[in-house]
Amino acid sequence: MTAEAGHYALVLALGLALIQSTLPILGARWRDLALMNVARSTAIAQLAFVAFSFAALVTLHVTSDFSVINVFENSHSMKPLIYKVTGVWGNHEGSMLLWVSILALFGGLVAMFGNNLPMSLRAHVLAVQAWVASAFYLFILATSNPFLRIANPPIEGRDLNPVLQDIGLAIHPPMLYLGYVGFSISFSFAVAALIEGRIDAAWARWVRPWTLMAWIFLTLGIAMGSYWAYYELGWGGWWFWDPVENASLMPWLAGTALLHSLVVMERRNALKVWTILLSILTFSLSLLGTFLVRSGVLTSVHAFASDPTRGVFILLILCVFIGGSLSLYALRASTLKQGGLFAPISREGALVLNNLFLTTACATVFVGTLYPLALEVITGEKISVGAPFFNLTFGPLFVPLMIALPFGPLLAWKRGDLLGAAQRLMAAGITGLIAMAVVWAWTLGGSTFAPLAIGLAIFVIAGSLSDMIERVGLLRVPLATAARRARGLPRSSWGTMFAHAGIGVALIGIVCETTWNSEYIRSMKIGDVAAIAGYELKLDDMSQRQGPNFREMIAQFSVRKNGQVLDTMTPSKRSFTTRGATTTEAALLTRGASQLYISLGDAAGDGTIAVRIYHKPLVLLIWFGPVLMAFGGLLSLSDRRLRVGAPKPAKSLRGLQAAE
Amino acid sequence: MTRKQRRLTIIGGSLAVLAVAAALVLNAMRDSIVFFSTPSMVAEKHIQPGRRFRLGGLVQPGSLVRGENLSVVFQVSDSSASLPVSYKGILPDLFREGQGVVAEGAIDASGVFRADTVLAKHDENYMPKDVADALKKQGHWKDEYAKPNASKPEASGVAQGERGTVQ
Repeated sequence: MTAEAGHYALVLALGLALIQSTLPILGARWRDLALMNVARSTAIAQLAFVAFSFAALVTLHVTSDFSVINVFENSHSMKPLIYKVTGVWGNHEGSMLLWVSILALFGGLVAMFGNNLPMSLRAHVLAVQAWVASAFYLFILATSNPFLRIANPPIEGRDLNPVLQDIGLAIHPPMLYLGYVGFSISFSFAVAALIEGRIDAAWARWVRPWTLMAWIFLTLGIAMGSYWAYYELGWGGWWFWDPVENASLMPWLAGTALLHSLVVMERRNALKVWTILLSILTFSLSLLGTFLVRSGVLTSVHAFASDPTRGVFILLILCVFIGGSLSLYALRASTLKQGGLFAPISREGALVLNNLFLTTACATVFVGTLYPLALEVITGEKISVGAPFFNLTFGPLFVPLMIALPFGPLLAWKRGDLLGAAQRLMAAGITGLIAMAVVWAWTLGGSTFAPLAIGLAIFVIAGSLSDMIERVGLLRVPLATAARRARGLPRSSWGTMFAHAGIGVALIGIVCETTWNSEYIRSMKIGDVAAIAGYELKLDDMSQRQGPNFREMIAQFSVRKNGQVLDTMTPSKRSFTTRGATTTEAALLTRGASQLYISLGDAAGDGTIAVRIYHKPLVLLIWFGPVLMAFGGLLSLSDRRLRVGAPKPAKSLRGLQAAE
Repeated sequence: MTRKQRRLTIIGGSLAVLAVAAALVLNAMRDSIVFFSTPSMVAEKHIQPGRRFRLGGLVQPGSLVRGENLSVVFQVSDSSASLPVSYKGILPDLFREGQGVVAEGAIDASGVFRADTVLAKHDENYMPKDVADALKKQGHWKDEYAKPNASKPEASGVAQGERGTVQ
């Protein structure tokens, strides 16, 4: 019953989406308020039905109803409850349902909190949102229905892929989807603006909080996925430049560019045409990511055998939406009015530079990800484009961006003073140089690249901090005054500081981990000691244990430094009987921001076991950086001036907008 | 500066960055792209020793020999040809005889493929796409390699693969 109800609710949601995608537009055309208002109620009703449908699938998984194919294939009655729930989106059908649920959630949020939007804009935005939703409901109902039944229900399920039975699955996909799908709002706003042929600074003010929210989730989602891969795969890698990862990185890069260009548009009413294009591109890249991940076209460690009809269907959605929105853009962009002017050296100029480098970097990732697919389709030749390619292209493009980054917030709008900004960054520059010299001297004869990169990272961090320190007047005025000033500064400025410093922090982590990572791979028997980076790890014991749906072999290591026992680490190897698969559960020991990492290989007959031990200096900074960035985003989102409910009409801004 | 001049500055700057990016991409394409081969393609094409490529095929049953200190030797075959592969390190969890595998490395002077990375997939029914395509093309495809509905492992974003790295 539950399955049929869930299926039926999804069909009803499709029906509602179809209404929502047509009537409000007609209403806007005929200036009929009642018709325009249909968008609001249908969006909320749609959310209710999809939420019901999603809850139905969760119920089926939790109650282990193996008469439903999706549950049978991905669940097991002995599985812990949390994985029964997360297993809902650990498979194609369920994760597509999560995708549309989040889409409906964003649509519903716009409907509920968009009371101050102009009626016709809201009608158009929700209608465009419903176009996307209709396409994906159709996709799910036609090719990936999670509610299909089996004629002869089996007693036990096939179990969820063991690698996915981890808390990472509970957090990573929903976060990532909140980011991916959140960009649909900026897309809908952009297309609505093109349909209406009208766009102003207020538009940017409405779009920015949504974009920022999506960006925060995407940032955290990517970081979470990276950390998950790091501890779950058992060999300590945290970014593989795999197409599936690139699929999430591309919308992030474009989305970051979009955030910055929205600032220009909001404050200065400039870069309108470009911002619209970026909004379209960002969501197009999200759709592309969905296509890459969901269609199975990839030649990747992530590849999975899948039904080709799905790939074709998503490709069709992709072509219709990207092609359609870009054609609309080509037709209507010229009708949008030009905005304010600015000198090349100015805040606007700096943000244009930021956009230029971010989108170019995004383009290189795009080429590296899709070139192998294109080549295979055209010539049949199979190649793989891996880390070396991206290090040679993405890396060099990020360096000038990082150098320019601290200058941006110091330049004035319209016409900036580069020399003045450079003077104010003097202290940060000197800090960076000192850091560079210290690291270079400390690791004499080592990598020449690492000290440079760390110096750059310190420059970025110090540069972001110094601007705020100066504005607060720290060290110059009494502490109490400084604290009062700090509270008085806009939260979005604090957000900028944290987000920018986060980049530098992540860079330090990346450089330290890749340069000074040490590893020890050997076969060990009980009593053996491995020495790595000043630590001594002794294999004390090996034992067997029975888990709920797996058996595991646990090795126990005691960790010593200078003869003192610090802690014990227990890496294990689990074998899941239902799937006949094994997973490696790495053991991590955190020391400051550095980590010791042990994962087990095969046990040989003679009582020895293959062991892989890593020492990863400052590795946690890699993920701490994105967390800082997301925190900065959150601060900025909470800024009263930018709150969703506080938009100002374009008229009041027109007075402020200076000419040439 | 006039509006036109400013616009030209921005366009000029953008073109310069794009040109640099294009140059970087082309340069990287030349040096850092790895081709995929099967053992029979290796036999036909006479790939030069030292040139890196990815070798895909099935691990020949009974060919796996474990040596001292985690070194292993096994044969990768695609039924019409086979190539010895040597690797030192920990093999992925799902490395099995008779299963598909992709190894990255280069052939040494003695004709042995020295792998520094071995990739396998976490699902027991997984067949690397390259290997499956190559086997299908050569007519050695068996349906049991891909059991219907049995191979849908995926995480939505960063799904998990496995690999071993060199010591």
